[in-house]
Amino acid sequence: MVTLGLSPVDWLIIAVYFVFIIGLGFYLKRFTKSQEDFFMAGRKNSSWVAGIAFLSANLGALELLGMTGNTFKYGMYVAHFYWIGAIPAMVFLGIYMMPFYYSSRIHSVPGYLKLRFDEKTRVLNAAAFAIMTLLVSGINLYAMALVLHTFVGWDWNISMGVSAGTVAVYVTLSGLLSAIFTEIIQFFLIWFGLFLVSALGILEIGSVRDVFARIPPSFATLWSTSGDPTQNGMVITWAGIVLGLGFVLSFGYWTTDFLVVQRAFSARDLRAARMTPIIASFFKMAVPFLVIMAGLVALVLAGDPKTGFSLLRDGSQINYDSALPLLIQRYYPTGLIGLGVTALLAGFMAGQAGNVSAFNTVWTYDIYRALINPKASDAHLLWMGRVATIVGIILSVITAYWAKSFPSIMDYMQAIFSWVNAPLFATMLLGMFVVWITPNGAFWGLLAGMGSSFYLFLAVKFQWINPASITLSPAASDMAANFWRAWWAWVICFVVTILISVVTKKKPKQELMGLVKGLTAEKSLQAVPFIKTPEFYGILSVAILIVLNIYFW
Amino acid sequence: MKSIWYFVGLLLTTLGTIITISALYSLVNPPAEQKVLANLHPDLWWGLFMLAFGLVFTLVNRHKTVR
Repeated sequence: MVTLGLSPVDWLIIAVYFVFIIGLGFYLKRFTKSQEDFFMAGRKNSSWVAGIAFLSANLGALELLGMTGNTFKYGMYVAHFYWIGAIPAMVFLGIYMMPFYYSSRIHSVPGYLKLRFDEKTRVLNAAAFAIMTLLVSGINLYAMALVLHTFVGWDWNISMGVSAGTVAVYVTLSGLLSAIFTEIIQFFLIWFGLFLVSALGILEIGSVRDVFARIPPSFATLWSTSGDPTQNGMVITWAGIVLGLGFVLSFGYWTTDFLVVQRAFSARDLRAARMTPIIASFFKMAVPFLVIMAGLVALVLAGDPKTGFSLLRDGSQINYDSALPLLIQRYYPTGLIGLGVTALLAGFMAGQAGNVSAFNTVWTYDIYRALINPKASDAHLLWMGRVATIVGIILSVITAYWAKSFPSIMDYMQAIFSWVNAPLFATMLLGMFVVWITPNGAFWGLLAGMGSSFYLFLAVKFQWINPASITLSPAASDMAANFWRAWWAWVICFVVTILISVVTKKKPKQELMGLVKGLTAEKSLQAVPFIKTPEFYGILSVAILIVLNIYFW
Repeated sequence: MKSIWYFVGLLLTTLGTIITISALYSLVNPPAEQKVLANLHPDLWWGLFMLAFGLVFTLVNRHKTVR
């Protein structure tokens, strides 16, 4: 283990951050008087606030340690997570799906399933989401403990306890409101705290061109080696990237995962809600400078013995997630080390707070009020939200120890997303755009999709089946298997939902008004010039995406 | 309620000030063990940039409130 000796100045910076966010929690508690304030942040955020929070809720451990580590492991192909694996879905959410979500005034994504289909579909999704959220929350805890362990030499157990306790305090005080405030602060801290890692790395190596010249060719391109999986770092074909990541996992996550969608629900009006994911998409495209570039810099340095740089090892396994902390250790002097560590901590805590605030909302509205106490008062639901926050954090501590056993954070994340989000995207797509999909079709389709994805995960892990039978190629990485499993889960859910809908009872059309395309009044934006519409910014975002993909082809 | 941008400005101003003072101290009393590219003094100019950015955010948003 390499332990950084933090100076008093570094400790001061970390302490200022902790005091600041806990103080903010107490300040915001004065404005958290109702369940609407606690769970929806009062629905008064601008599109900029909601948009940055939308992105930041996802910019936790996954993005920082996980993606930098994965770039070291898989190369430039990891940029697909930020570009084709995010932007089209975010734009689609803003332009096509948000009107159905926002106009129905629901509190959660399972709430939409209740209105569009029925109670059992809602509870199935709510239960799956609650479990997934706690697992993902565990990742954030694990990642934070890794940083404290690496930099400060703290014990794993103490690290998790301190971080979980802090998040518990400020989310319990003011719910989504404080989660969103800390996410905005985290966004700025991450950019200020980590920008110099990549910048100094490029300066040490020479230039961006030199960085790309010194990594293996299979790690340096986005698409040109995707025809043959043995020729790229991720061992995957273009079809796996497009269908598994670009379509199912990406759309499944960005359009149905309540953790991020909840931020758009907090927007003050429909236009702000629609702009939320589109504004976030521009920032999302820029994040690779922080994590992909840092991963490539680490790859170059590790390949040159003269630099003395190498990743940590846990026994015989390389700890890919140690890449970013070790780069901070390499370049940052006193003061900046405190800022870098604070940026990582802020990312993890905001990521965990995001998961916990989504969990407490789904538990309170879609499980507790739906099944246990339908007549609960406003004050009681507010109390239940606070209790759910504390219980959720305790459960996520338990799951953190499971996350620790995975070789890379992202492999663990994608495994979870392919169980829950991938089939849900098929359900939501059919539900929003096809009138004749029935409640029973949705329920059994969702169950079949989730069940098949979980079965395929176990079947590959315990070698019941040959992985090539799902990845359609003889060579495939764990990540490729995740992408393909998500695709098959989506297909199974899609087909089963349609088949059962053909033979089961449909909902009356009057109950679907405002929830399905064709039965929803199109709100005219004639008074707004095209240049100010979500459609314009959506097109602009996709145009930049295309240019980036061609440039790094 | 104060705007979130005001709080962002406050935090960046505080952290920028601490980093700048620390960098100036290191300039006068260089540490025994130097980091890679320490000759560029990234802490000094980055601290100053944070301080300026934070001050602008704080001043511009000091009177803004949300509902």
